[in-house]
Amino acid sequence: MIKVKTEQLKKNFGSLEVLKGIDLEVKEGEVVCLIGPSGSGKSTFLRCLNQLEETTAGTVIVDDYDLTDKNCDINKIRENIGMVFQQFNLFPHLNVLENIMLAPVDRKKMTKDEAKKTAEKLLAMVGLAEKAEEYPSNLSGGQQQRVAIARALAMRPDIMLFDEPTSALDPEMVGEVLEVMKRLAADGMTMIVVTHEMGFAREVAHRVIFMDGGYIVEQGTPEEVFGNPQNKRTQDFLNKVL
Amino acid sequence: MSNYFEYVASIMPQLLLGLKVTLQMTVVSLALAVVVGMASCMFSISKVKPLNWISGVYLSIIRGTPLMVQSFFIYFGLTAALDFRISIFKAAVIVLCLNAGAYLSEIFRSGIAAVNKGQMEAARSLGLPYGVAMRKVILPQAIRIVIPSVLNQFIITLKDTSILSAIGCMELMKQSMMIVSRNFRSFETYAVIAVMYYVVVMVLTKIFKIIERRLSN
Repeated sequence: MIKVKTEQLKKNFGSLEVLKGIDLEVKEGEVVCLIGPSGSGKSTFLRCLNQLEETTAGTVIVDDYDLTDKNCDINKIRENIGMVFQQFNLFPHLNVLENIMLAPVDRKKMTKDEAKKTAEKLLAMVGLAEKAEEYPSNLSGGQQQRVAIARALAMRPDIMLFDEPTSALDPEMVGEVLEVMKRLAADGMTMIVVTHEMGFAREVAHRVIFMDGGYIVEQGTPEEVFGNPQNKRTQDFLNKVL
Repeated sequence: MSNYFEYVASIMPQLLLGLKVTLQMTVVSLALAVVVGMASCMFSISKVKPLNWISGVYLSIIRGTPLMVQSFFIYFGLTAALDFRISIFKAAVIVLCLNAGAYLSEIFRSGIAAVNKGQMEAARSLGLPYGVAMRKVILPQAIRIVIPSVLNQFIITLKDTSILSAIGCMELMKQSMMIVSRNFRSFETYAVIAVMYYVVVMVLTKIFKIIERRLSN
């Protein structure tokens, strides 16, 4: 089953064309890693998938809903698309538990008790059960990012978007976040991950997509893209980062 | 010296009457100004152009004209032109509320702008509608940021109530002017009300310091 589908997706910032026509289909349970140089449009593309960026042209279809249709209930659809940001974006005025419970309780997906139980379960899953009462400022970057993942999962999404989730972390904390993501992937979550962690892409992704200049330049299994890149730009990029 | 204290004691009842009006005016108009300011702020950051326009006109009129002109315009001008009566107290509250509301609107806007953009994005990505994200994520953070500026505006408005003596509002300033017009003891009298304003401002400052400490845990 197709979970996410874009057709000729275009995005301009003023006169700057960032995405120049992206076609992509992501199947249920598939893990797709987007790689490419900065400025290639990976993050912008990801943000179009939950309409944090309004698209200029083309369509974005998630779970059979056309998000570019002005009449679609974008809030309802977003409940089903979790997102994890490079800068974590935890709510600093709420403690860890409140961060996780805010949306499920407000959107009436759960009662307070239910949300608390779910939050505690998710915290245990990301290995932070003992940090429930802490405020984000008392956590390390890696811990904050794991809480952010738990917060996104609390809405029980069936698609997760990751926007360079380890790029703002100290090197020794990258592993703990990737570990959580690997477990999610193994559990069958549909994931689209913008990343510079080539090791993660190679190990976890079902499909690797190389973007450059607002286009998808090349895609395939990790073996194909990393082992035998066809396009010159892909080869140049991989030569630099590997 | 003991003479002086006797004098102060003799005018104190009248001054306290004025102080009471000053405080009532301040409290009522500031409470309303917070509402007006928040509404105007929401208008100014809205994506709906006519709303931006409304708050833009409001802000520029208030900022572009002196408070005394505003109070004369509303209490004498508008009532004459539209042929209705309004109590001085009500007119004073309306003027102060509109005036402080405009400045608070800009203070709130700057506070909201100071909250990291990622906060709104994270809230929206969870499926929270704009209003909920604003109320539960952005505003609680913005309030902490703006507390010192809000205190400043409250102090300014408190002191600006004295300007309303010009339309005959019987607040502290007006009462002291009436006393002086009777006995010509301007130095002693104005010194007393200066101290009274000062004490009220200090109390207000203390209250805000406590609130600030509470909010930052």
